[in-house]
Amino acid sequence: MIQVLFFGQLKDQVNTPSVKVDEVATRVAELKKILGSMHPHWRPYLSNHSTLVAVNQTIGDDETPLSDGDEVAFFPPVTGG
Amino acid sequence: MQDVIEVQTEDFDQGALYDALRHDSLANGAIVTFSGLVRDFNQGHEVGDLFLEHYPAMTKVSLLNIVSAARARWHFGKVILIHRVGRLAQGEQIVFVGLTSAHRKDAFDGVQFIMDYLKTEAPFWKKESTSEGDKWVAASACDTQARLKWDKRDER
Repeated sequence: MIQVLFFGQLKDQVNTPSVKVDEVATRVAELKKILGSMHPHWRPYLSNHSTLVAVNQTIGDDETPLSDGDEVAFFPPVTGG
Repeated sequence: MQDVIEVQTEDFDQGALYDALRHDSLANGAIVTFSGLVRDFNQGHEVGDLFLEHYPAMTKVSLLNIVSAARARWHFGKVILIHRVGRLAQGEQIVFVGLTSAHRKDAFDGVQFIMDYLKTEAPFWKKESTSEGDKWVAASACDTQARLKWDKRDER
């Protein structure tokens, strides 16, 4: 199981703060595909080149490997400070 | 000498933070501080209050990493970094960075570096209340440029 979190504007766009994915994804790119087939209207937001990903609270990318129990967060560019 | 890195809803007292830096060590003759406030105008529209969201599990780790990256480049005494989250009104304080160093250049550069990285890498997002409704703040290209300048300096 992978816990997927959304933050910022992306959370509003997909209309949920989190979702659990039971299917096995070995990389972030594969997880995006699974999420896109579960929710086709999420695809443009997930494939947007500015969407960032963190795996277990560390910034990663499409190639970052995933294992069961990981926490994956998707979010737009940050705007703190 | 112990760094203070906090993410909090409460306001902070600049005077008390300055005093904490000042009493760090006699070896450190420089203190530089920066604070960021909520403006009443941003990206072409008037702003009421602001909501700051963050990714709690990641935020503090991210701030610690930014301070460690700064420490790898310059010598500091004490570093204080405070970032607020939640609802903030116009004029309220959002962020504080202050640090001590033996020399002013390290202190100025360090604060600048920490702010440039914080603006582009720490997981905070601002939502503004405007006359046209709530709007998420878009990331600024200037902030990305400011952050990238540090990489270019490394290449020299």
